[in-house]
Amino acid sequence: MSDKVTITIDDCKITAPEGEKLLWVALDNDIYIPNLCALKEKDRPSASCRLCFVEVKGISDPVTACTLPVTEGLVVKTRSPEVDRLVKTAFELLITDHRLGCKKCPANNSCELQKISKERGLKYKSKRFKPFEKDEPIDESMEQFIFDRSRCVLCGRCVWVDHHVAEVGAIGFSLRGIKRKVTTFGDYDLADSPCTECGECVKVCPVGALSFNE
Amino acid sequence: MSSDKSAEKYLNLKTKAKEKMESLNEKTVVMVGAATCGKAAGVIDTREALKDEIEKKGIDAQVVEVGCMGFCYAEPIVVISKPGFPSLCYGSVDEGLAVRLVEDYLVNDDPCFEYALVALEPNDYFPVFTDFPRGVYEKKIILEQCGFIDPEDIDHYLAEDGYEALAKTFEIQPEEVIESIKESKLRGRGGAGFPAGIKWDVCSKAQDDSKYVICNADEGDPGAFMDRSILESNPHQVIEGLIISAYAVGASKGYIYVRSEYPQAVRRVETALEQAREKGLLGDSILETDFSFDIEIFEGSGAFVCGEETALINSMEGIMGVPEHRPPFPASYGFRGKPTLINNVKTLSYVPHIIRKGVEWFKSIGTSDSPGTAVFALVGKVEYTGLVEVPMGTSLRNLIYDVGGGVPDEKDFKAVQIGGPSGGCLPESALDIPIDFDSLHEAGAIMGSGGLVVLNEDDCMVEIARYFLDFTQKESCGKCTFCRLGTKHMLDMLGEITRGEGELNHLDTLRELGEDIKKGSLCGLGKTAPNPVLTTLRYFKDEYEAHIKEKRCPALMCMHLLGFYIIPERCSKFCSACVGSCPTEAIYTRDDQLKAIDQEKCVKCNSCLFACPPEFYAVEKLSPAELVEEREREQG
Ligand SMILES: Cc1cc2nc3c(=O)[nH]c(=O)nc-3n(C[C@H](O)[C@H](O)[C@H](O)COP(=O)(O)O)c2cc1C
Ligand code: SF4
Repeated sequence: MSDKVTITIDDCKITAPEGEKLLWVALDNDIYIPNLCALKEKDRPSASCRLCFVEVKGISDPVTACTLPVTEGLVVKTRSPEVDRLVKTAFELLITDHRLGCKKCPANNSCELQKISKERGLKYKSKRFKPFEKDEPIDESMEQFIFDRSRCVLCGRCVWVDHHVAEVGAIGFSLRGIKRKVTTFGDYDLADSPCTECGECVKVCPVGALSFNE
Repeated sequence: MSSDKSAEKYLNLKTKAKEKMESLNEKTVVMVGAATCGKAAGVIDTREALKDEIEKKGIDAQVVEVGCMGFCYAEPIVVISKPGFPSLCYGSVDEGLAVRLVEDYLVNDDPCFEYALVALEPNDYFPVFTDFPRGVYEKKIILEQCGFIDPEDIDHYLAEDGYEALAKTFEIQPEEVIESIKESKLRGRGGAGFPAGIKWDVCSKAQDDSKYVICNADEGDPGAFMDRSILESNPHQVIEGLIISAYAVGASKGYIYVRSEYPQAVRRVETALEQAREKGLLGDSILETDFSFDIEIFEGSGAFVCGEETALINSMEGIMGVPEHRPPFPASYGFRGKPTLINNVKTLSYVPHIIRKGVEWFKSIGTSDSPGTAVFALVGKVEYTGLVEVPMGTSLRNLIYDVGGGVPDEKDFKAVQIGGPSGGCLPESALDIPIDFDSLHEAGAIMGSGGLVVLNEDDCMVEIARYFLDFTQKESCGKCTFCRLGTKHMLDMLGEITRGEGELNHLDTLRELGEDIKKGSLCGLGKTAPNPVLTTLRYFKDEYEAHIKEKRCPALMCMHLLGFYIIPERCSKFCSACVGSCPTEAIYTRDDQLKAIDQEKCVKCNSCLFACPPEFYAVEKLSPAELVEEREREQG
């Protein structure tokens, strides 16, 4: 097995397997770092949500914890003015592209965005940026679950499990930039795709974009 | 490795090539610049006219298609080498001039000096490159042969010592090659300026049974065309560099990743690869050594982000061209998970020169931390647009005023946008900055891939920033939060400012968000996208403020803040040129027969401004738009 190393996160000494990504070491030790796109089983982190920034001793700019393998003597702070600034901006940006209305959302109280907001004291209303007012039709073609694209944060977890756990390949990313979205081949409803309704994707959705029917 | 044999084999190739070239040079050779740029300027018609006329007159002369010499402003370009005369280069050669050159020069020995731009060899009649400021400041290494050799005939390259560096490489160990590149301090020309030798070293030390080398010719920056030009004008230089890099790191397979929008580059590289294989310079047992290596072309589909190395690899593997987090870097984990060396076209082009002429020679050019030359696509409001190559450390002032001939039409210089869409805009006060990777970075710009746009007083810096950000925002792959959403918010705010709907607090938000996007983005696209905005905010904040506070565009460029006004004192009763030019019938004839504009109908298209004859010069652009009303009121 791999060697153990000792690292320090927010003044706590922690032993962890060498090379494990910092994000998982922290979360396993009940130290919260905001994250949306990370999946432990995924070898190469997608590092796309840009929320898990931490400050590492000896490195000037904040580093994403999901990509940082732990090494002996690593000293990390999960909070710093610079980290907080980046996390705040990333959160604000995501919120401008996310249909709010938590009360009506199936993920209310289990949503990762709510968790980040609570842990870091971040507001749902941005003073700086105007919301994009996303309003896409909801895909209700399936029996087991629905897909509400206006709540999707493009973390890509569903796509990865669809490909690597369910091994179906019903969904993927299409288009680029601000138009990027999770969709089926040909942009059809899920019911007209190879989807088997296994529900793996719903289980990993950090927000209320994919949710089981009551 | 049997280096004696390879040296002998090479010498054989070169001798034959030289003999062929000498016999070619015994008669008149007419070279036409037929890179994509030349063709766009109409060189095909010129070539046909030359050929027809030569045939008609029964002259023993050969017409050869070459690449691009870099004189964009003077295309189509023709070089005539007639025995007994210095080789002369002619600019703007249309069909008529082509016929005349054949008639007067080829038949009658009159070189038509009035149409010549420059002579290629020192002589008693006509100036050469070094007699012009451009020739003094330029130092050509990788562009030297571009436009002077036939890219579709390998013998032209061989006769000019082509592939000698490869033969030399086989005489030394791969480690020694890497050591030379390291010592030369060659830095990557694809944008970031990473030391090539260090990358080669990492890739060479990676333990794996197979490795790849890739030449990055994606060149997605709008306005940049140096890589295309090099591939079209001297493909073997790049191929030789790529083979040497493969030998150095131990790769057996190479790719040239070219965008499919460069069909002529693809064709010329294909031809070059074929000819290199025929000569035993590529493929199994190169130059009869035990080193085997082959190159394939991969045609990319032209997304800017696919020039980023991890996205490039993804796209080659058939998956979506989006970037990945680094490390792992491609040098240790790249194409198909194997160690992969990726270098830019220009980086690889320097390699044969460094091996052949030596590390010290290379280091004697440029600055100590950025040796060698810089290649720029010099465009915008500058007299001599084109491809230029100057030593690193040359000042922006020399580049723009001496090499580029300054700003035309007696306009004032305003800024230079350097480094492509993700570069920065630098003002007059920055013109004495020496061009190299580090000093440009300090000023807020980047070397980038070498786009250089000169802007004058008529360019609005807010609009310029918006224009470049519009490009990067559209080309963002959308994978990561900051770039996908942040650039869109920045773009929206800039749009509001140029429409006169901006607020002063936008400026702080733009700066803060820009800084966060730079720090927070996953790949180089996001990390540099805010540069045009951040530098214009730093150097031209007053223009932003004028848009916001006074609804005024100082450069008279932002349509929403403009009004068009016809000055009655200048307008003529007997002219109605503007009336017909207006697409919306906004111009009407007043009772006194003078013309005026109905502001409600005006779409601010500039048509009347161009239609109004210069002797009247009666149309005036005003900003803020309210000024028009004020003028009208004054007139009563
Ligand atoms: C958005 C983006 C676009 C890029 N486009 C190119 C390109 O067109 N050509 C290129 O050589 N490098 C490009 N690069 C840089 C490559 O990622 C890589 O660093 C380069 O090819 C390495 O070669 P070099 O070391 O010789 O510069 C781009 C980088 C980014 C972030
Ligand atoms: S910075 Fe932009 S282009 Fe690069 S990964 Fe992020 S979204 Fe894609």
